Amino acid sequence: MSRSALGDNIHGGEILLPVRTGYIVLTLVVAVVLDLVPMPGWLAWVWPDFVAIALVYWGVFQPRRVGLLVAWVLGLLMDVADASLFGQHALAYCLLLYGAIFLHRRIQMFPLAYQVAHVAVMLLGQQLLQLLLRLAAGGDFPGITYFASSLTAAALWPVLVALLRLPLRRRSDSDVP
Amino acid sequence: MQDSPAPIFKRGPSPAVRLAFFSLLSLVMLVADARFRYGENVRAIVSVALYPLQQAAAMPGMLLSRAGEFFVTQASLVSENNKLRREALDSAARMLRLQALETENAQLHRLLDAPLVPDRKSRVATVLYEPRDPFTRRIIIDQGLTTDVSAGQAVIDHLGVVGQITRVFPLVSEVSLITDKSQSVPVQDVRSGLRAVTFGLGHDGALELRFIPVNSDIQIGDVLVTSGIDGTYPPGLPVAVVANIERNAAFAFARITCTPTAGLANYRHVVVLSPPDVLPPDPTKTKVETPVETRTTRKRTPAP
Repeated sequence: MSRSALGDNIHGGEILLPVRTGYIVLTLVVAVVLDLVPMPGWLAWVWPDFVAIALVYWGVFQPRRVGLLVAWVLGLLMDVADASLFGQHALAYCLLLYGAIFLHRRIQMFPLAYQVAHVAVMLLGQQLLQLLLRLAAGGDFPGITYFASSLTAAALWPVLVALLRLPLRRRSDSDVP
Repeated sequence: MQDSPAPIFKRGPSPAVRLAFFSLLSLVMLVADARFRYGENVRAIVSVALYPLQQAAAMPGMLLSRAGEFFVTQASLVSENNKLRREALDSAARMLRLQALETENAQLHRLLDAPLVPDRKSRVATVLYEPRDPFTRRIIIDQGLTTDVSAGQAVIDHLGVVGQITRVFPLVSEVSLITDKSQSVPVQDVRSGLRAVTFGLGHDGALELRFIPVNSDIQIGDVLVTSGIDGTYPPGLPVAVVANIERNAAFAFARITCTPTAGLANYRHVVVLSPPDVLPPDPTKTKVETPVETRTTRKRTPAP
């Protein structure tokens, strides 16, 4: 933990504004709402788990601001919303966030394409854990399309990184052509 | 995390300890829920907290469909109106006949001293969303404890049985569709009167009839309606149409798959039927005494 508070805000040679707690809360609430949007048919399969990807984002870029308790509570929320087993998302999100925090330095150093690969593996691992839990509880394998949402979520990673950083940009950046 | 020396500032337990704690807590909750169905109260509280977020999430879709309704052309409205009027006339004629039949039926029942199946009250509910859980087939509707919905009530649409309510929260409730793996519906073949039970397969658009002997009277295209012997679903509601029968003499039972008639999760509105006033006696309590008695009577009868 040798990094200073400012150090956490340097990404890709760019110095960002310090992140307010309210902003993190807002993004997580928006992620929950996006997860709850009713999706018809095949769209439901590819609709990414926004809570998971938001947790990875904050775990990687603000590892000291988002704790495991947040992941656990969000997991319980999603368990109730998805009518799945109690604790299924909670456990998966806790491990996911821990993985993101554990790997945050490495992921921050990589270019975007490698970041996408890391995120994809973490999200797939999280889904695999949920799958194993449900299989242990007597569920059926829902088919390989089950993992599609993780891949779309990983594909969205560059967009998400750019979007979540927009409000953190310093004013002077907009003057540069 | 890995290279942290002796901490200067107090930061509580290390992340690995915290991870172990939350993982253990989650695992305990998982077992409690999967095995014993504990934690329903917590679920109810969380669901109330989630309700405004759910409403917010459903808003764009609702607005889109409203906007779509606004731009319906005059011609399509007129044609739909005409169609509905014709249908109303048609069903009015049938309703009159039905009323006559109902009174006649009630009279006959009275003559025979047989108990009449009571009419059930119903309540229209709006489907809020389909939970993103690929392991189950469920929908969430906007009726809950506040509108006197209870677990076990049957849910239908205008085409047939949709499922039954399995969890009730204060503002919403959860309906397990008949295609859910845990759901089974006692049915009867309309053509032959054969009684059977449909089992959900866990994926859309298919049900299975199990334990039907190879030589039983069932054909492709047969309509299956609820038999009503479970006390959950009232008798006579369409459930499924037999789609495929595989009769293989090597097995004792035929493999029969059916397609549900109700538009499962296709419609915005469903009807929740209120539970019957008189439920059949609990079989777990009556079972203990009755078999003993029948056995003794059987043994006694051949003796004299």
